[in-house]
Amino acid sequence: MPNQSTNQLINYLLSNGDNALIIGHRNSEWCGHGPVLEQDIAITNISLDLIGQARNFYQYAASLIGNDSNEDKLAYLREAIEFKNCLLVELPRGDWGFTVLRQFFFSAYQFYLYQQLQQNKDEQLAAITAKSIKEVTYHLRWSSEWVIRLGDGTEESHSRIVKALDELWSYTSELFLPAPYEEKMGIDISGIKDKWIQKVNEVLCEATLTAPSPKNEHTGGKQGRHTEHLNELLKDLQYLQRTYPGMEW
Amino acid sequence: MSYSNHILQSLDPAAGEAKIFTILQAVNDPEVPVLSVIDLGIIRDIKDLGESVEITITPTYSGCPAMDVISMNIRLALISHGYKNVIIKQVLSPAWTTDWMTEEGKQKLKKYGIAPPNPKQQVCNQDLFAPDEAVQCPHCNSYHTHRISEFGSTACKALYQCDDCREPFDYFKCH
Repeated sequence: MPNQSTNQLINYLLSNGDNALIIGHRNSEWCGHGPVLEQDIAITNISLDLIGQARNFYQYAASLIGNDSNEDKLAYLREAIEFKNCLLVELPRGDWGFTVLRQFFFSAYQFYLYQQLQQNKDEQLAAITAKSIKEVTYHLRWSSEWVIRLGDGTEESHSRIVKALDELWSYTSELFLPAPYEEKMGIDISGIKDKWIQKVNEVLCEATLTAPSPKNEHTGGKQGRHTEHLNELLKDLQYLQRTYPGMEW
Repeated sequence: MSYSNHILQSLDPAAGEAKIFTILQAVNDPEVPVLSVIDLGIIRDIKDLGESVEITITPTYSGCPAMDVISMNIRLALISHGYKNVIIKQVLSPAWTTDWMTEEGKQKLKKYGIAPPNPKQQVCNQDLFAPDEAVQCPHCNSYHTHRISEFGSTACKALYQCDDCREPFDYFKCH
């Protein structure tokens, strides 16, 4: 039975893995539906990176959980209430503007978070994030450029991304509200938040957009309190293993 | 000295590890079949423990779907050479970089029609809308090329086009 600090680490790994898996799955829904072929390939490549990162977090978590835990069980056989991802990543993909803006908010968060985690005293956590940050750097640049392209683009693209910004903004504060299992990980969350805000303002400004004033904040995902959208997503993601337990390719 | 030469020199020829190295030189990446796992620079360590052989590999990208196939191919190659107990370990740190690709590998890529990765110090910046990296066309050697898409047919490649010979080509991204 893992002790308390190991449990904390397991939960922390699961929450990072869940964030990556769920946003990776949302992005993968674009496969075959991207606005142009190159961007269809880009968003699905980003999915692949994120799902790969999720696998690394899950494999490590499974090794700490022990018994016969493994990455597949963690991804395919947990209930929504056991998922620790923030609400931002589970929202339906929306239009292209919604998807790229959400990716931008998330990639900027991952980037500054992993910058810290790659120095973490836990060697495997440091190794996973040091590897991932190279991929996240690409995601951040790609999504920043798209936010600017749409915001500073046509009347239509501008109005769409303004709408996305309005919907997404109230889901961003959860990123910086630590859950109990995050508190003892030795991360400077307020430092990450400051850098995130600076980056976001820079890009929004370039995109001729303004961050809305804070309204209702939507939180709870990190503690397993999710929107109905996660259930609907998991129905799709977990379908095969739920229907044919133990099925392999 | 390339990373693979560095690995090779650390091996004990008497223990048969150098022989395993040679076997691995014939195990290719399923996505880029001209490159061996040695060319790619993903072999971290080779240990011949008598009863068993232990190969340590590192993934290119976190989500690279070729890694599982590569592990299996390494196993099969060694088994076909008479090794019975093959253990494949995966490590993440230090993170793989295209700087570990062998010179020979880069030449093979070019011949195959994929532009090899530029040295790492040239890229990896975060500047938005940065000018395209100067990538040489693998067909006509022109540097008048432009990027079509930062993401290509696999995670490790970007899509470029030559402005002189007009051929589109893959560029193995610096990483």
